[in-house]
Amino acid sequence: MFSGFMTNTWVVATVVAALAGVVGFFVVLRGSAFPAHAIPNGAFAGAAAANLLGLNALLGLGVFAVFAALGIGTLGRRGRHDVVTALALVLMLALGALFLSRSTEYEPAIYALLFGEVLGVSTTELLPVAFLAVVCIAAIVFMYRPLTLSSVVPEIAEARGVRSHRMEIAFLVVLAVATAMTVPVVGALLIFSLMIGPPAAARSFTDRPPVAIILSMAIALATVWAAIASSYASNWPIGFFVGTMSAFAYGIGRAWAAWRRSRRPATRL
Amino acid sequence: MTDRSQPVTANEPDVLRVEGVTVALGGRTILEDVAFAIAPGSFTGLIGSNGAGKTTLLRVILGLQRPGRGRVVVAGDAGNRRNRSIGYVPQKVLLDPDMPMRARDLIGLGLDGHRFGIPMPSKTRTSLVDEMLAAVDAERFANARVGILSGGEQQRVLIAHALISRPRLLLLDEPLANLDLRSGQEIIGLLHRIATEHHIAVLLSAHEMNPLLPVMDRVVYLAGGRAAAGTTDEVIRTEVLSGLYGHPVEVLHIHDRVLVIAGPGYPDAARLAAEGAGIELG
Ligand SMILES: Nc1ncnc2c1ncn2[C@@H]1O[C@H](COP(=O)(O)OP(=O)(O)O)[C@@H](O)[C@H]1O
Ligand SMILES: [Mg+2]
Repeated sequence: MFSGFMTNTWVVATVVAALAGVVGFFVVLRGSAFPAHAIPNGAFAGAAAANLLGLNALLGLGVFAVFAALGIGTLGRRGRHDVVTALALVLMLALGALFLSRSTEYEPAIYALLFGEVLGVSTTELLPVAFLAVVCIAAIVFMYRPLTLSSVVPEIAEARGVRSHRMEIAFLVVLAVATAMTVPVVGALLIFSLMIGPPAAARSFTDRPPVAIILSMAIALATVWAAIASSYASNWPIGFFVGTMSAFAYGIGRAWAAWRRSRRPATRL
Repeated sequence: MTDRSQPVTANEPDVLRVEGVTVALGGRTILEDVAFAIAPGSFTGLIGSNGAGKTTLLRVILGLQRPGRGRVVVAGDAGNRRNRSIGYVPQKVLLDPDMPMRARDLIGLGLDGHRFGIPMPSKTRTSLVDEMLAAVDAERFANARVGILSGGEQQRVLIAHALISRPRLLLLDEPLANLDLRSGQEIIGLLHRIATEHHIAVLLSAHEMNPLLPVMDRVVYLAGGRAAAGTTDEVIRTEVLSGLYGHPVEVLHIHDRVLVIAGPGYPDAARLAAEGAGIELG
């Protein structure tokens, strides 16, 4: 399971998991779980459109995801963007339904886009994925402090000259790029789990933001690696394993936090 | 923090001058021709009932709200480079209890949270955070998650967060609103100490002035969109407040407390009473 086709999958999955761990930390910190769900799901329509036009699916995903992010970020106000997010999702799903009905694509390919496909990565996709991952991580590193400040105390951030709205849009675009490139591996429906489960679990183990980010990355990597191996061995969809393992990691985190509290009620770690 | 305690000298320029500020929001005039000044190291109470425009005025001072008329001069600079010389503790800060962030991490963000890039751990940074923790008496919960701290403890952390960039003016929006009497007294004592020992001017909004009477150098009283500013003796008087409310009100001194009481027929008397600013007479 480490040869040929599979090498690409391992490499891309590793890159994607590391990125999901980092971006996911801010998704959870900012409470942006809904956009993190809606953007890749809606972007699925982009893949369908690309398919129809005979273009690369990743390109269609990326374009739709970035447009969705810009729409949600621009129209959403003061961190409240649940309604625009829902409408963006609905609009893109509607387009997706149309494109799929026109598509001559065989069913399994669509299924793979939704739920992921272990062998879904081609060599030509390696370089763009790695490049985009580096760009996303660089963007997060660059924005780290003002993004944290505006996530935690938005009014103070504004008062100190941080443009919260621009920060929001920039973050959503990074989120869009990060989720779009993850779709071919874990599928549109389950990327979300990789962006939420590991960072949410990481919060139970540490009180320090940088440690939480590193832990989040580590849990995401472990989840994805274990999921690929399990999927390969069982022939079950990789999305199933990513989803259940992410939730499981979160469950362990909660149990750990509860156990720690019960043991040392007086000290807060 | 270095002790810069020194007497407030009359010829030292004001850290803040609000000049004829008028603000209309949604077609309604919220503030009209508000003017006052704040001297370095002084303690000023911004008093007004709910909806009087306290938050709006603080947002104007921070440069987050443009006044329709008038201007705000911060530490001698009317431009928008005022962000660094003002520390701000907003009215409602919701800190997620599940957020992996300790009190000291949030304080550290006050130092450089607005700059791009990642924070580099350093001895100077740590000792500066420790200094702030000591200044607000927060060492005890320095390593606890901010989200699980009590209201008073969070208030201290936010004050330290605002102080670490060494502002000359500290703005606090209703910091006492959700605190019990005792925690409120502690916060007031702490802020008074900061103003005098560190020579940082404090402007604090509240709907109840009594807890502030012992420490306030000056008061800015907001009512009906207008403001009266001066010492408490100058402002908290029957004639001045009646003029401000546009309706007869009475100022009563009972022991060491002040009650502002609306005369009969004041439309907003119930609100005045509910806010603790006063009670209605017959
Ligand atoms: N963006 C806005 N648009 C319209 N009216 C506003 C806006 N913000 C505040 N107001 C109104 O301005 C008045 C003063 O509000 P505020 O400054 O928050 O009062 P305070 O802080 O003293 O309770 C209130 O009546 C409020 O409804
Ligand atoms: Mg207010």
